[in-house]
Amino acid sequence: MTLAWFLIRRVLTGIVVLWAVASGTFFLFFARPVQTVAHQLAGRTATPAVIQNVINQLGLNQPIMTQYWHFLGRLLHGNLGYSFFTQESVNTMIKQDLPPTASLVVGGVILWLIAGLGVGILSATRARSLFDRGSTVLVLIGLSMPVFVVGELLIVAVFVPLNQHGLTWIQTQYAGPSQGLGAWSGHMLLPWISLAVVQAAIYTRLMRGQLLTTLGEDYIRTARAKGLSERRVIFTHGVRAALTPVVSQLGIDIGQLLGGVVVIEVVFGLQGLGQVAVAAIYQDDLPVIIGFVLVAAAFVVVANIVVDLVYTVLDPRVRIA
Amino acid sequence: MALLEVEDLTVSFPTADGVVKAVRGVSFRVEPGQTLGIVGESGSGKTVLTQTLIGLTPGADINGKAVFDGTDLLQLSEAQLRRIRGARISVIFQDPLTSLHPLYRVGWQIAEMVRAHEASASRKEARDRAVDLLGRVGIPRPEQRVHDYPHQFSGGMRQRAMIAMALALAPKMIIADEPTTALDATVQAQILDLLLQLQEESDTALIMITHDLGVVADIADDVMVMYAGRAAEKGTKHQIFYESHHPYTKGLLESIPNSSVAADRLRPIPGQPPSLINLPAGCKFHPRCGYVLDRCVCAEPELVRIDAVADHGSACWLPAEAAGVGASAEKLREQAVREGRRGAAVEVAEAIAASPEVA
Repeated sequence: MTLAWFLIRRVLTGIVVLWAVASGTFFLFFARPVQTVAHQLAGRTATPAVIQNVINQLGLNQPIMTQYWHFLGRLLHGNLGYSFFTQESVNTMIKQDLPPTASLVVGGVILWLIAGLGVGILSATRARSLFDRGSTVLVLIGLSMPVFVVGELLIVAVFVPLNQHGLTWIQTQYAGPSQGLGAWSGHMLLPWISLAVVQAAIYTRLMRGQLLTTLGEDYIRTARAKGLSERRVIFTHGVRAALTPVVSQLGIDIGQLLGGVVVIEVVFGLQGLGQVAVAAIYQDDLPVIIGFVLVAAAFVVVANIVVDLVYTVLDPRVRIA
Repeated sequence: MALLEVEDLTVSFPTADGVVKAVRGVSFRVEPGQTLGIVGESGSGKTVLTQTLIGLTPGADINGKAVFDGTDLLQLSEAQLRRIRGARISVIFQDPLTSLHPLYRVGWQIAEMVRAHEASASRKEARDRAVDLLGRVGIPRPEQRVHDYPHQFSGGMRQRAMIAMALALAPKMIIADEPTTALDATVQAQILDLLLQLQEESDTALIMITHDLGVVADIADDVMVMYAGRAAEKGTKHQIFYESHHPYTKGLLESIPNSSVAADRLRPIPGQPPSLINLPAGCKFHPRCGYVLDRCVCAEPELVRIDAVADHGSACWLPAEAAGVGASAEKLREQAVREGRRGAAVEVAEAIAASPEVA
């Protein structure tokens, strides 16, 4: 009952957030004269008459509030409108371009969690060992590598040599899971690694710090005094408690991720949402921009709800309310 | 035969600042079903001493012997020690809020202990045992409370749960490390009563670590007073309370509020316990001692028997007759101090007086 109530409330607030974000973007657009958009569409040499014609066609000549009501009406019907430039439906564009981005995010997150948590746990349980020091150096390197550098390095050092020697599994561009898991992972592996490197470094530090703190707690001493095996002390008692802050960090990171994957999409030629959004921003393509912003905002809202739910499962002291 | 016989146990920790000499040659015995109270200020080595016995002091240099039920605990491998921890020697810690895992149900934590040592116990058996144990330590409606998390328990109930856990495998010995320090005064008495009652039922030996002589008076058979990693005084409860010999023990007794010794005014022991890295020369208590003799400054007294009949030991240079807290014993101490001063210090003073050019 409380769970249903919680979900209803969070979804309703989420909708309010989405409405606010969409409206904000909408009005921000009109901070600039609409002529600039029309100018871009009509070309450099267009006469004022042509430009006015374009403005009328796009409906930008109507009062802003009228346009806003139209926009909201369409939004309520789930229609995000049509691109100013290609006349393509924004819904279709998002449907087409979401899979590469989603593939990238899902795979990248899984990869960085495995690497970050794994190395973090090993470092914490062997604090100040050679492994710990080595991983600290790697973490520093990972943290100081911009995503585009990692991506280019991977292309030069992995993709090119492998393909020159006839190993064609690793590819750029996008292939969906429907084309076979082998093709999908081959195409996505390098993007996943690029996305994961920096984040894995952050999560290694986070996990190491959290686990070291936890292992100093009294209840870990109790677990040892109970005669439990060291493995059980560390995993069942230590890691379990260290995980809660990691989960809340993950919620924040996933929410912000959609904006951060653009670079990787460009480097590896993935036709994803990020690339589309950047192009739309350059062109002042309002419907596409709002579509992207809404998807990104929905991502944050959903990630937050999921994290709150997971949190209540992880920590019994937290109640959903 | 004693259940636990510790002989000349030394524990030190190498650190960047120097070697921390936490325990320096301590010997004691615990008889089956009896209670030994270990008393001392924080930093006196009482916790390190007992944690060493069950192998919970990683990185320490350990010397000596600790024979428990026929085997020397200090010679056991980690795997062998693990089988003893919890099953045959269990521990109750000071702060029950932080000592229980906040994310697991109380019953689960007790059952986990059972299953760690009894591979044959099924989940359900272990759960039933947990319910039974919670009932034994006086938690109402145990079959429901077994599903609670520690934060749903009050402080006293949490400590009861810790005690239930310690009792789970009917250990021969329980180490209680300041089990009542973090609790309200009224709850303290309940917990001590419970420990006494359970000890009578199960004939378990108990080592009660505390800085509170009042707790010892309630519960202990024998008492060891520790100071700076050594036993300052050791004897039966009666000897420690009524025939105390070591000035440190006396100081502890005088700092108990409302005790008969501290008539109308508390007399705290001046100063701080010494750093375990840089221990003073001679008797480690001499900088704080009101009865200091010349000898105390340069030579550390051994723990010697000061009673011909019973096994009452004190590590102090004062004469054996100075034992006790009455006025006559006090007079004897003062006299010893005056006579003691006729040693080195007086000789130096006389030498200076005899040859004025040196001064």
